[in-house]
Amino acid sequence: MRIGIPKEAAPDQTRVAATPDTAKKLQKLGYEVCIQAGAGERATYFDDQYVEAGIAIVDAEEVWGSDIVIALDPPEDRQLDLMRKDAVLVSRLNPGIHPDLIQDLSARGLTAISMDAVPRISRAQSIDARSSMTNLSGYRAVIEAAEALGRSFGGQMTAAGKIPPSRVYVIGVGVAGLSAIGTASSMGADVYATDVRPEVYDQVESLGGTFVEIPVKQQSEDGYARAMTEEEAKLANAVYAEEAAKADVVITTAMVAGRTPPLLLDENAIAHMKPGSVIVDLGASPEGGNTSLTEYNNVYTTANGVTIIGYTNLPSRLAGQASQLYGQNIVNFFKLATPDKDGKLMLNEDDEIIRGMTVTLDGAIMWPPPPVKVSAQQVPANPKAAQAEAITAQAIAADETPGWRKWWWKVAAVFLAALLVLFAPSSMQAHFIVFALAVVVGFYVITGVSHSLHTPLMSVTNAISGIIIVGAMLLVCSSNPVVVILAFVAMVIASINIFGGFMVTHRMLSMFQRSSED
Amino acid sequence: MELLIDKSAVAQYEQHMAILQGAVSFQSLAYIAAALLFILALAGLSKQRSARNGNFAGIAGMVIALVATVVIALVMAMEPEFVNTGEGSGFAITATGFWIAFLLIVVALAIGGAIGIFKAKHVKMTEMPELVAMLHSFVGAAAVLVGFCSFITDPGAEGAENAWHLGEVGLAVFIGAVTLTGSVVAYLKLSAKISGRPLTLPGRNAINAAMIVVSIALIVWLINTRGLDAGLVPLIILTVVSLVLGAHLVLAIGGGDMPVVVSMLNSYSGWAAAMAGFTLGNDLLIITGALVGSSGAYLSYIMCQGMNRSFISVILGGFGGDGATPAARAEEKDYGSYTEATAEEVAALLKDAKRVVIAPGYGMAVAQAQFPVADLTRRLQEAGTDVVFAVHPVAGRMPGHMNVLLAEAKVPYDNVYEMDEVNDDFGEVDVVLVIGANDTVNPAAETEPDSPIAGMPVMHVWEAEKVIVFKRGMGNAGYAGVQNPLFFNDNTDMLLGDAKASVGAIVAAL
Repeated sequence: MRIGIPKEAAPDQTRVAATPDTAKKLQKLGYEVCIQAGAGERATYFDDQYVEAGIAIVDAEEVWGSDIVIALDPPEDRQLDLMRKDAVLVSRLNPGIHPDLIQDLSARGLTAISMDAVPRISRAQSIDARSSMTNLSGYRAVIEAAEALGRSFGGQMTAAGKIPPSRVYVIGVGVAGLSAIGTASSMGADVYATDVRPEVYDQVESLGGTFVEIPVKQQSEDGYARAMTEEEAKLANAVYAEEAAKADVVITTAMVAGRTPPLLLDENAIAHMKPGSVIVDLGASPEGGNTSLTEYNNVYTTANGVTIIGYTNLPSRLAGQASQLYGQNIVNFFKLATPDKDGKLMLNEDDEIIRGMTVTLDGAIMWPPPPVKVSAQQVPANPKAAQAEAITAQAIAADETPGWRKWWWKVAAVFLAALLVLFAPSSMQAHFIVFALAVVVGFYVITGVSHSLHTPLMSVTNAISGIIIVGAMLLVCSSNPVVVILAFVAMVIASINIFGGFMVTHRMLSMFQRSSED
Repeated sequence: MELLIDKSAVAQYEQHMAILQGAVSFQSLAYIAAALLFILALAGLSKQRSARNGNFAGIAGMVIALVATVVIALVMAMEPEFVNTGEGSGFAITATGFWIAFLLIVVALAIGGAIGIFKAKHVKMTEMPELVAMLHSFVGAAAVLVGFCSFITDPGAEGAENAWHLGEVGLAVFIGAVTLTGSVVAYLKLSAKISGRPLTLPGRNAINAAMIVVSIALIVWLINTRGLDAGLVPLIILTVVSLVLGAHLVLAIGGGDMPVVVSMLNSYSGWAAAMAGFTLGNDLLIITGALVGSSGAYLSYIMCQGMNRSFISVILGGFGGDGATPAARAEEKDYGSYTEATAEEVAALLKDAKRVVIAPGYGMAVAQAQFPVADLTRRLQEAGTDVVFAVHPVAGRMPGHMNVLLAEAKVPYDNVYEMDEVNDDFGEVDVVLVIGANDTVNPAAETEPDSPIAGMPVMHVWEAEKVIVFKRGMGNAGYAGVQNPLFFNDNTDMLLGDAKASVGAIVAAL
């Protein structure tokens, strides 16, 4: 089957759905891949790079006439008109808030796969375009804030005085929020973060942020936050306003899938913020943003000098990287849907990932999919840990059976040893002491042994055990010829051990070497 | 024979006793030095940086001990004897005895040394387990011989001391004989001269227990004999029974448990030497034997932990073999189908990868693939790829087997990591190459509580983005006889065929 990569229509869409690298990977799955001339230019992937990767450069009509079209945004009508009736569209469709688009795709008889409707299960993470894009948004939000902020992020003591670190406050610790926390703290800022899901506390702390609690708790079942009630929102907003007033940079990331973004900072809260501070609103949308003053796709400065950045195309500001990640998401989807690597798309609707992503199938509306209840961090939290616990529990249960069996032989051994020592002739006593001490020394000397030296250790102990030759030597001067012969044989055998053991140890040890001489 | 009759004879004898006294003092000093050097040797061997010095300490200790022993042996051989030639009687130095002893020692050292050095120089690193097993058997054999000699020179007599002596002889012969045949069988199994499949005789534990009880009874019998001929009977029976016991013990243990067996026999050989030391009242032998015995026991313990099995269960044997055990085969599950990759595909995959981990197993040793693997590693590293090795504690057939092979192929040891050091990081790895490993990367150990290897620590290779398994064919399961669901994962591709050839093909394709 042929995959077409069109040039994105939107003027601010600088990304492309496949880079030369990911296009090549699609080819390896058996597909024929073609790209519209100039499609990757704005992401700095030029046509000759695609040609080099073996991708055909074609015009718009041919691209849209492919069996499969992969894109970033929902196509415009004139582009959809170019698509064949049985064709497959793979794009970000946001089906939750575009019911008319679904109707349209269905009417055209197309199969539509939405890259931003991937179920939140761990197996699907490599396909989820929302994760990969919002991750970049979080990073870029910090960069945009740093540019607009008239201060440095990191603190420093200089000859000209002290630079205090900037204070960054992140509301909403999803993929974007975590990425923003990590970026800002690595730039030296003091980072604070809030989320309705208390379980993200550890994640915030692990990235160097400080978790600020809000008096609202949510249990997430699908890995995403849900909308709050009005009561909850009021309580939470009071915390946001208080923290925002202390912050130099506020990054809001609240998006509730398929709905208008919640209002987190109202005019009153913004009015109390410091002059010169910056808000980056990742929730900005045509329907409004996380602040009441956000301007969609624009930068607005309030009367008290607070800059509010409402860009929604942050990943497009890292077009090259974003295209690569999105392209890889696409490749991972095709890997899943092309089990035989024969270039034939198999939409197995029994697979919950594919089922979740399918919006229309040959014109039939498949949206919304049945709910998938596997959470990112919740209840069956870690199946492996649960498994391990089960195993440990079993082991404990097994151990609990007759306790005396575990130690009776130790008591017997001690008793026997005591008897031996008590009844041994006095000439033996010294030998027992020597023996016991040597056993203990042997244990302690070996405990720290490095795993890689087990074999040389064994060969050197082999050589040392050859010390039994001492016994044979003392016996060889006997006057009994039988003893002399036996002792002689023992000496020969033991000396094989001595010479062979040391020699082979030396040979092995001289092979071990470090990567750098120091 | 030179006769020294008349008054100077007594003076001669006294002079000899003085020399002997001096030699014994020298011997004590030498034995203390040797024992300390042996301890230093083992301590040195526990760290890479000090390992070579450790080996030299061992050699120095051995030289000192041997010189001291040779001196005392020769002085003893010079002991004047009371002779009566008919013309007169008195003490005579039997100089011939001296020369015979000296000659025997030199010749024995020359023969043994030549064989040992020849073996050590020519052994292939993949055959190290066999060599080590063979060396264990020599210690066992020497202990048996020394036990017999010690018995012949000092057979049963009245008195508590003598009874103890006979008991020690019995134990030395018992442990030595078990070590001897056990090691021989281990050697045969390791060199594939006999099947690695465990020999599961009905009631084998009862047989072993019976043989141990019989051995104890024979030792008691031996203690109560008087005279050489009477004592030889139980001693020879004891030897035969212990030889059979040693062979049967190891025959019952499967190929997969060989790392434990090898280190266990290492331990036994130490105890055998220590028992021989008791029979001779020689402290150096006791110290050295105990050092080796306890260090071998500790190694066995580490190996058992690596497999999450108790020492007793390994000793009792019957686990693992070349084929699947009947129980495992009966409940074999259907894990779906596996996908195959070609060498070219793997080469392309490696070219794009940033982080690669190689998990080697016994299969790499069998295929002698360590050199092409090292070559592949160097090429990838030159291309800027991060390549490290991850070694499971029981990978291979003896403790540390993989490390030695990789060192032979000149893989720097700081590129080789233990399982615990890398196990949490497999999620960040692009490609894992599993070369001839099976049970050590089997996710069933963690996911299937009823699996025979449940609970064994395994390497989480399946968490990597892509896993390539090099395997001879799909038919043979691992030593535990368990099917490996890893092979059927979506992100696993099989590269079937001889590992050496496969890796070579990848290198060529790069």
